[in-house]
Amino acid sequence: MSETALKKLTVHRGLATWGERLVPLGAFHAATAAAGRRLAPAERAAAEQTYLRSERDATPVEGPWSRIAVCGGVYSNRFGLAALLEDAARRGAEAIYCLGDLGGFGPEPEAVWPLLRQGNVRAIQGNYEESLAAGREDCNCGYTDPRDNHFAALSYGYTARGCSPAFRAWMGGLPHRRRVRVGDRELLLVHGSPRRINEFLFRSTAPVPFLEVLLDQNGCDGLLCTHTGLHWHRRLPSGRDVVNVGVIGRPANDGDTRVWYALLEARGESAGGLAVELVPLVYDHPALAAAMRRERLPEEFVATVLTGWWTTCLEILPARERAASRY
Amino acid sequence: MTSIAEERTAAGGSAPRVELRSLDTLWFQVGGTVCNLACTHCFISCSPTNHTHEMLRLAEVERTLDEAVRLGVREYYFTGGEPFLNPDMEAILEATLKIGPAGVLTNGLLLDPARCARLAALAEASDYSLDLRVSLDGYDAATNDPIRGAGTFERILAGIRNLVAAGLNPVITVTEVCRDAGTDAGKERFFALLRDLGIDKPRLKILPVFQIGAEAERGGAYASWQRLRDGEVPPGGLDHLQCSACRMVTDQGVWVCPILVNEPSGKMGETLADSLGSFPLEHSACWTCHVYGVSCKT
Repeated sequence: MSETALKKLTVHRGLATWGERLVPLGAFHAATAAAGRRLAPAERAAAEQTYLRSERDATPVEGPWSRIAVCGGVYSNRFGLAALLEDAARRGAEAIYCLGDLGGFGPEPEAVWPLLRQGNVRAIQGNYEESLAAGREDCNCGYTDPRDNHFAALSYGYTARGCSPAFRAWMGGLPHRRRVRVGDRELLLVHGSPRRINEFLFRSTAPVPFLEVLLDQNGCDGLLCTHTGLHWHRRLPSGRDVVNVGVIGRPANDGDTRVWYALLEARGESAGGLAVELVPLVYDHPALAAAMRRERLPEEFVATVLTGWWTTCLEILPARERAASRY
Repeated sequence: MTSIAEERTAAGGSAPRVELRSLDTLWFQVGGTVCNLACTHCFISCSPTNHTHEMLRLAEVERTLDEAVRLGVREYYFTGGEPFLNPDMEAILEATLKIGPAGVLTNGLLLDPARCARLAALAEASDYSLDLRVSLDGYDAATNDPIRGAGTFERILAGIRNLVAAGLNPVITVTEVCRDAGTDAGKERFFALLRDLGIDKPRLKILPVFQIGAEAERGGAYASWQRLRDGEVPPGGLDHLQCSACRMVTDQGVWVCPILVNEPSGKMGETLADSLGSFPLEHSACWTCHVYGVSCKT
């Protein structure tokens, strides 16, 4: 072993690294023992309570309903949206909610607007609406990978060009959250999370203790979100529900061309208070693919519609969801 | 007329303070500063003889996990030193994966087939994601080994192969010590290397260097102007900093972030409850996080 290598392996004997300095271990430990706060037990309990305090907002509560349909990102998929309106009506939904991201990915973005109005869809803003209404230069999707950002920029640019000022103004007038009563349960509807419009709540990275605190802090009996593109439902030990309703804009990266939404129905408390059903939806996906090709949207997007597997935006998937992915 | 650098140095001024928005990410210095390598760019100068921080035992980690559950922590990361030198590491992961997703930052040298199989079983048994992050600092031995040590390139690749064979797809973490790693062309070279290893879904994370610890000697220390001053950060402009949503637990208490553990001034308290307040961004490394938009998270 070279002398330099040996030095590197033995240099810290009895010494601590304090920044770039080497000091006796005891000196570092004495400094850290004196650093920071050391609260008394009662103060610690108070600090936790302050941290966990509820931030109840003034959002008016809609309903009560006994059965609602809730969909996530439409992504300019008018064929998926038409199928949703029909399916929700057939299943007796009294109201239809959409959690935002009306545009992106699909063709002719403004074509979903008349359908949304015709179906009396109660929407909130996603990051797409927020960005389009504010005239931002990107979709604020929250990607880091350059390839994901390339495709995100491409679809945002296409969507931005295809949205009239009137459509954008309408988007900008949508609320950022809604509170909805279904039976006895008060549900909070958001796009990403109650904290950030573009926070990703994937099943494998949204653990139970985190969700319990999130629901406590937001004073609700259930939370409905989208943004990840992947649907899931978790009933918490407290009996409350968290549902990522998925999206109706593109399939769920599972090799199936169907898209997903959620149906929520009031039940007596003895029957669990709320029934949550994640519903797969067949729609005219060949027509969507054909319309995308007419608009010269990337073949990568078309492949997703035709195969059910994502080809882009994969970098953001946690380990578990990525392992289940084809690409 | 003075230069901007001179102005900043002369002005002194107080550092902006970052509030803890929410405690989403909890780090554990589970390997202490003890490592089986002595990389020349290590920002906390880990080595086989560096006991600045000691390893954490399972019982110590469990005490903090109880507190973390009450506070609604979202995800857990384990680093060192080398976490797998810690004999409790797999038991710690098992305990953690019951309550949330976990990530381990490893140098890959201790990933033999048996360990990889056990890690895959832990991942399979959990509701949550387990991510292994393996550090690599070059496209080949000629670029990696001068940084991480002679012979390490081949040993790291062997560890990655073992993970892949067990069904785990690691995130390869590269620092910008590696020439061009941050460019699209550089990333493409790493993606190609990983595909050659049989990884069909390569995952890569690039990190800038922090000019502290061993790296200060290798690449040079910060200049005095590389600090944040009050007023230089836009209002509400600190939400991208990891310290607005993380804390780091070592055997000596709770630190503000994973980078500053060798600075006693980075320590915030003994327990998580002690550390829920704000922190002054007065260290030069804080400047790197702000300017580069760094997050140590995956």
